[in-house]
Amino acid sequence: MKTSGTAIKLKKFAAEQSIKVSEKSLQRAEKATGFFTEFASIFLFISRTTKELFSRDFEFREFFHQCFLVGNKSLPLVSITGVIMGLVLTIQSRPVLVDFGAVSMLPGMVTLSIIREMGPVITALICAGKIGSGMGAELGSMRVTEQIDAMEVSATNPFRYLIVTRVLAATFMIPLLVLYADAIGVLGGWAGANIKGQVNFVLFFSQAFASVGFIDLLPAFIKTLFFGAVIGFVGCYKGYSAGRGTESVGIAANSAVVLSSVLVIFFDLVAVQITDLM
Amino acid sequence: MTTEIKNIPLEHVIEIRNLKKNFGQQEVLKDISLDLFESENLVVLGKSGTGKSVLIKCIVRLLNYVDGSINVLGKEVADLDRKQLEATRKKIGFLFQSGALYDSMTVKQNLEFPLERIRKDLAKKERDEKISEALENVGLADALNKMPSQLSGGMRKRISLARTIVADPLIMLYDEPTTGLDPVTSDEISRLINDVQKKYKTASIIITHDIECARNTANRVIMLKDGLVYHTGKPGEMEKSTDPFILSFFKQSIKK
Repeated sequence: MKTSGTAIKLKKFAAEQSIKVSEKSLQRAEKATGFFTEFASIFLFISRTTKELFSRDFEFREFFHQCFLVGNKSLPLVSITGVIMGLVLTIQSRPVLVDFGAVSMLPGMVTLSIIREMGPVITALICAGKIGSGMGAELGSMRVTEQIDAMEVSATNPFRYLIVTRVLAATFMIPLLVLYADAIGVLGGWAGANIKGQVNFVLFFSQAFASVGFIDLLPAFIKTLFFGAVIGFVGCYKGYSAGRGTESVGIAANSAVVLSSVLVIFFDLVAVQITDLM
Repeated sequence: MTTEIKNIPLEHVIEIRNLKKNFGQQEVLKDISLDLFESENLVVLGKSGTGKSVLIKCIVRLLNYVDGSINVLGKEVADLDRKQLEATRKKIGFLFQSGALYDSMTVKQNLEFPLERIRKDLAKKERDEKISEALENVGLADALNKMPSQLSGGMRKRISLARTIVADPLIMLYDEPTTGLDPVTSDEISRLINDVQKKYKTASIIITHDIECARNTANRVIMLKDGLVYHTGKPGEMEKSTDPFILSFFKQSIKK
């Protein structure tokens, strides 16, 4: 009797364990399916945006409006970041260069660092925070409040009106913002150099530009086009595919910032590797 | 196919047959068949969650359906390509439950937006005239330059109605037009629905669970229950019904 009782308990235990294992496998399968579904929907989103990009009825007015929002409205933030970037870089580098007696290399080093790396990456990250989250939240709330549906039923292609214009505006305006941040950053560098000593403005800039060539500027500019496109795509994708609840607006904005920041850093790594080969 | 209401032969505007729609495992619409005839106000009644809104979203293909057919103005909705779908949507006005006004645009821009795209043939002056006319029809001619955030719930609904009628649709789909409004504003919206029907000769589907709105606007009522058409009839006939489910709806309205 005792043996059969133990056997029943064992059978029960085995059954419970097998249920647990199958539940876990099911959860894993669901997660894997979710990942592939997300991947497929990103691919479809990019391909549809690309297709709409070449359609005849381009929304020029909305495109220029978005350029204004992305470019002009980001100028104060980019200006502050640019100045601080140049200042910090100069203040941090100066003592080391003084130790090596190479303080005359400071303008060139600061300018090169800003143009090649600091300017594009920091500005792109700032834009991912400001523009990416803005797009995610705006489109997400439009989805929640049925404004995107309203657009669709009034025979407007929301992809053409909302997505293409925003992605293009980000792609074109972020490189311009980076160039502006570079210029402001070098100015900040000059200001930083003048904190601990006196450096003539013309001398600083002539030394700065003497060490920068076209080969430094071009790859940096090209990669910022990709950064802009990434920020635009991710912000729009997260907002456009937001769920129906108000909570999803926050999720869309948050995930837009996180994903676009990670992708900016990843694309920067790829760009650095490619530039290194040149 | 034609039918007769008050001895006038009427054409089919929308013909739905055996419509089924699922959300995952959940079957929302199980087997819906209904007809909408020209110049008719058809009210779809039912409790929350019975798939009323899903039904009209399937008509404009905001949602894709699993099985069955939806024929709008002689065209099968599921078979339309993007351009054909846009052309069909241009003939349909859709009033959303939330109003769905574009937050970043003024009232005028909200009305201009669909008009510029649907009626490309109109000059700017004609467009402005149509916008003023639509706003006058809903009694909000002075709200032209206001932002949606400056409007009350009832005003938003009326502006939203103006936005849908501004492009002269043949069919109107109203999704809970009186939900969340006080009785006086609800009556105003019901009156506007009737005005739109008379003035623009539209055929309309009105989704609601507001019996007063149904009484005021319906030529015919369809009642949904558990994803199926439970009853079809005229509002007066339904009020006299002895069916407990139908009566429960009308009793609620008497209690109010």
